[in-house]
Amino acid sequence: MIWETIILALRAIRRNVLRSFLTILGIVIGVAAVITMVTLGDGATEQVRADISSLGSNMLQVRPGQGFRGPGGVRVFAERFKLSDAQAIEREIAGLKAVAPLSDQSGQAISGNRNWSTTVTGSTNDYLTVRNWPLESGRVFTESELNSGRAVCILGATIARELFGDQDPLGAFIRLDRLSCQVVGVLASKGQSSFGQDQDDLVMVPIRTMQRRIAGNTDVKAILVSAMDGVSTEALREDIERLMRERRRVSEGQDDDFHVRDMQEIVSTLTSTTRVLTALLGAVAAVSLLVGGIGIMNIMLVSVTERTREIGTRLAIGAREGEVLMQFLIEAVVLSSLGGLFGIALGLGAAALGARLLGVPFVFNPGIVILAFVFSASVGMIFGFFPARRAARMDPIEALRHE
Amino acid sequence: MNMTTPESINSPLIRLEGITKVYGSGPAAVHALKGVDLTIDKGEFVAVMGPSGSGKSTCMNILGCLDTPTAGTYRFKGVDVGGLSRDQRALLRRNYLGFVFQGFNLLSRTSALENVELPLIYRGVPARERHAKARDALKAVGLEGWEFHTPAELSGGQQQRVAIARAMVIEPEVLMADEPTGNLDSVTGREIMDLLCSFNTERGVTIVMVTHDAGMAGYAGRIVRFLDGLIDSEEPGRRHVS
Repeated sequence: MIWETIILALRAIRRNVLRSFLTILGIVIGVAAVITMVTLGDGATEQVRADISSLGSNMLQVRPGQGFRGPGGVRVFAERFKLSDAQAIEREIAGLKAVAPLSDQSGQAISGNRNWSTTVTGSTNDYLTVRNWPLESGRVFTESELNSGRAVCILGATIARELFGDQDPLGAFIRLDRLSCQVVGVLASKGQSSFGQDQDDLVMVPIRTMQRRIAGNTDVKAILVSAMDGVSTEALREDIERLMRERRRVSEGQDDDFHVRDMQEIVSTLTSTTRVLTALLGAVAAVSLLVGGIGIMNIMLVSVTERTREIGTRLAIGAREGEVLMQFLIEAVVLSSLGGLFGIALGLGAAALGARLLGVPFVFNPGIVILAFVFSASVGMIFGFFPARRAARMDPIEALRHE
Repeated sequence: MNMTTPESINSPLIRLEGITKVYGSGPAAVHALKGVDLTIDKGEFVAVMGPSGSGKSTCMNILGCLDTPTAGTYRFKGVDVGGLSRDQRALLRRNYLGFVFQGFNLLSRTSALENVELPLIYRGVPARERHAKARDALKAVGLEGWEFHTPAELSGGQQQRVAIARAMVIEPEVLMADEPTGNLDSVTGREIMDLLCSFNTERGVTIVMVTHDAGMAGYAGRIVRFLDGLIDSEEPGRRHVS
């Protein structure tokens, strides 16, 4: 009987294609909006996650603190790290894959008549390990170059392109302020970070070269640490904090004068932000589903009134109250489910297009598709019930007499 | 609903006793029927006549189990219809009664075949058997070859034939016809009456027909005239066989 009723409902829908289409339009748009929003939101979340892990996953950043202290609110910079701090971490803490001291500042890179303003980064080969950054061509620094602070450099892809164009930069000399440096390697392109920075816009030199010949000090601005696979960054962070407090003589009860930032933490913060946005957009879209449901109820009520004679005929022929109720309820559910299906197709299409335009990955989320379908069917059930009950409770005599 | 009690075997098909029907209450109450007694035997063809407001339509609705009397008893095959629920009356209509209306009441944009299948769907007849029965019913009313035409593509007479096929497809005990020729010209009307008569004589289906038209009433075996909520007179029709 249910199957027969579904066939009857499909026939009734087919009998009035245009109106059926207009009836479900609200549902179609609502479902499509939900699917598009959630799919794009998932894509954005995925994008952020991928971007941050390209910065180097399971990476910790150790930076000196800065703050305002004293009655006048004087800005106080905590003591800088030195190379020995990085070496101490490397020596005393287990479970590390790489430890890279980092000192950077902006500077001009000049080659011939070309000039590019960039970031000069002093570090060791470990920097490339931490950031999981392969070379495009050339080689990394040698041990002696690193130890003696030779004037050699590795170029980011942007710099290589800006200064050398199509020419091979390997072996050429560039000038960093007053220092003439030989190019020994070129990094593979990493593209834009999720914060919109061009990650390839840098020149890397050995940290000692940076300290002695460019910055003129022995400071290390930050220490990047990457954990071995399977090592908890949480535990590492505690170890590093303990070691640094000891080395920097931070007494018990005093605040740290440095920060250890966990990239995982940043990942979860950012992804939770995009999740909240996705949820909000999804909620807005869900409201349009509700509006679609009211549209269904409206049209079903009109349909019931319009088909009063038909209902009368069915009742006279011997349809029971429950059967008429079922017929109209199923008609509403079939309508709204069709709307749901169209909406899902439309939403996925729009999401695929949107993902391409926005440059985020298309993430198919079967959960939301099922949810949207079930929701649209329930909308038909809920908003179809009242009109269906009205049809079922009609007096057959009155209904037959209806003009 | 037990229809085969020993009592029911010998009782007439339809028996109305002291049927009254009151609409509304208090001083505004309308007494549509004021105590009607009527017995219809199996195989009869009864025409119900009377002016508007005489109670004939109310009586028809009660006979068709679409309405219940205010007082009095209506026994259909010995069963008191007054004691049945709305759904039980629906089942009774589904299994024993066929309806033909003045306005045909076919489902629009639905083929003749699907219209005729409708009561079988409610009876839960499987699709294959349903198609076969509906085709046979359409053939019996002379509409072979018109199965897939919608009502809009059929003439009035053809539409009424579809309606008759829809009523007859369940092989009812009683065919309730409410002014079946009211919307048709006289030639077509007579064709429809001939069709109804043939079902009455050949298949033995009992027919109760409301009509304004004395000519059409003449086809019946018995004519019952209503006036002011009571049966005014009964007379044999042209086809009366005594």
